[in-house]
Amino acid sequence: MITRMIALIYKEFLALFKDPKSRLVLIAPPMIQLLVFGYAATFDLRHVQYALYNEDKGIASRELVAAFDGAPAFHRMATLQSEEQIAPLVDRRDVLMVIHIGPRFSADLLAGKSTPLQIIVDGRNSNTAMIVLNYVSTIVEQFNMQWIADHGLEAAPAKLETRAWFNPNLESRWFFIPGIIGMLTLVTTMLVTALTVAREREQGTFDQLLVTPLRPGEILLGKALPGFIIGMVQASVILLIATKWFDVPLLGSLPALYSGLSLFLVSGVGAGMLISSLAVTQQQGLLGAFLFMVPAVILSGFATPIANMPPTVQIVTLIDPLRYFLVVLRKVFLEGAGFDVLMGQLWPMALIGAATLTLASWLFRHRMY
Amino acid sequence: MGEFRGGSMMRLKGLVKKEFLQIARDPSSIAIAFLMPLFLLVLFGFGVSLDADHLPVALVAEQPTADSDDFLASIEGSHYFVPQHFLTMAAAEEAMREGRVNAIVHLRANFAKRLYRPDGAAIQIIVNGVDANTARLTQGYLQGVWVNWLERRAKSAGREMVTPVQLEQRVWYNGDVKSRNFLVPGLVAIIMTLIGTLLTALVMAREWERGTLEALLVTPVTMTEVLLGKIIAYFALGTGGMLLSVGLAVWLFGVPLVGSFWLLWVCASLFLLAALGMGLAISTLARNQFVAGQIAIVGTFLPAFLLSGFIFDIDSMPSVVQFITHLIVARYFVSIVQTLFMAGNVWSVVLPNVFALIVMAIFFMGITWRKSRKRLE
Repeated sequence: MITRMIALIYKEFLALFKDPKSRLVLIAPPMIQLLVFGYAATFDLRHVQYALYNEDKGIASRELVAAFDGAPAFHRMATLQSEEQIAPLVDRRDVLMVIHIGPRFSADLLAGKSTPLQIIVDGRNSNTAMIVLNYVSTIVEQFNMQWIADHGLEAAPAKLETRAWFNPNLESRWFFIPGIIGMLTLVTTMLVTALTVAREREQGTFDQLLVTPLRPGEILLGKALPGFIIGMVQASVILLIATKWFDVPLLGSLPALYSGLSLFLVSGVGAGMLISSLAVTQQQGLLGAFLFMVPAVILSGFATPIANMPPTVQIVTLIDPLRYFLVVLRKVFLEGAGFDVLMGQLWPMALIGAATLTLASWLFRHRMY
Repeated sequence: MGEFRGGSMMRLKGLVKKEFLQIARDPSSIAIAFLMPLFLLVLFGFGVSLDADHLPVALVAEQPTADSDDFLASIEGSHYFVPQHFLTMAAAEEAMREGRVNAIVHLRANFAKRLYRPDGAAIQIIVNGVDANTARLTQGYLQGVWVNWLERRAKSAGREMVTPVQLEQRVWYNGDVKSRNFLVPGLVAIIMTLIGTLLTALVMAREWERGTLEALLVTPVTMTEVLLGKIIAYFALGTGGMLLSVGLAVWLFGVPLVGSFWLLWVCASLFLLAALGMGLAISTLARNQFVAGQIAIVGTFLPAFLLSGFIFDIDSMPSVVQFITHLIVARYFVSIVQTLFMAGNVWSVVLPNVFALIVMAIFFMGITWRKSRKRLE
């Protein structure tokens, strides 16, 4: 039985790597994609282009403007002379933000009064807008503290002392790169498994396989193992890139990470085999792969937190294996977690894997065309 | 010449009819065009949001006093937070490690006393930085609570608190700063990329694999007519999917469409042509359904999702990566839909992107046409 299995797995590897184009698709993209996506996926703004409309000629406004010019994330694109110039610049997306300082800015401040500072941001991407406003308020907060100290005003009776655990500089890249590892691993398992049975069905070789002494469970295993092995190798390589190239700290236990990876691969391969066994044509297999992959990514909490979703959608995310794997990745990487914290993430993936694989092997036998 | 043209039209009609028959026979194409956008948009439109609400925070007051209760009450009164009280820091830290809370607000035992001293008291805030974006939002909300609390205190003491510079923020095009308003149009663009590419990614490869293309070409039908037939049929199907997606965005999710619907239609059609072209190019280059399917899985969704400006700001990417984003068809359409939906018909944004879409469509169709002809010789 072992020799039969080995022969079958050997055949599956041949089918995947025989075609040079297929070989290329399997090997090159994950690494290139990690590099490209790793740089692309960040919520930290590095190049906020803004315009300044300063109606005030006093010293206070000059100090504030200097604070913005000195901030590395902000780049002044234009200095405006009239209010009419604002709208076209923002409409065209030439600038993301306009700072408007009114004519009484310095006079008000010197008189010890409050004065407004108008900030206009492009809300077409409201998340980016919120981040810009967050940066602006930090700069203004510092300016205020300095002003209060310099001019002997009464300081606030309580101050905020803020610290961030696990990611002291709040680098959003540290959050996204572990997520990308999970997504790319998912894509690979789909790549290897979702179309294999459909291809054999279309070419008629699947019926031949079924009349061999191999049992359906063995055929399933033979088709599932290559996905598991390729996914394992690939994930290891991109883990290495993530830690060595992007310097994302890997603090937790590797055995826990690899247990998570193995169970995730089992559940991903299981979903792929299920799609594959349901599909009669490769077109259907491809549709199935996307109908699984796209929701799995979007509902995984990769970019938009699960806690922000309405309760019913949060329940749907419970059947998404990527959801659990992302928690494992992030907790092991950044929080230094081990098995004790991660058990709650591991067993659901095992359950999803067992359910999908069982269903797929039943379908192997019963879905005949 | 006129007779020839008439014959060509007739052949084309036949080819389009053949494509529709094939579509009808394997309903997965219809599912791609209609079921996929319905399923994905409904799921994401309701599910995806970057607006954090109900953030779980731990509150620790080492020595409860009227002042500390007053401050913590203002956190409890904010709809952004779901507060949980802890008696000790150790218990709160444990809760944060287990992920039960996102942040800790800690008032030390000397809080009330130091509040009345000149150097002031400290409010310690610890956020879980793993999700840096949510952490920043949490900090921002807590800062807002703090400022309001200070103002309220000053007022009740009969003083005016002086905050030298007060921010007055205006968020244009999206006054309520609802992330759904930009995520849903962006999702329409992502979903249409998938529809366009998936519809055609396998069709040419299938014909090559089965040898039916050679069979077709021994008839008077030319390769150009075969390609046109496919484009017309799948364009019609894709347009249905497009209308469904836009309709859902506007009617179901109430995303305001400020710009013109007809302009959106024109842009979406061009985008659809580019996406169909990409699918055909994949199909022709791979020449085998399995590989074409693999390329479609790797090359469409994640690049469109991460590199199109749908959520991640392209200007903040390094220049090499920014250059790569120019190769992503969805990038141009995301820019168009976000502008048309939220800002209106801003021609200076729409026109360059429309031009880019035309170039991309011609590029992909050109590759397909050249490669299919070459293959036959």
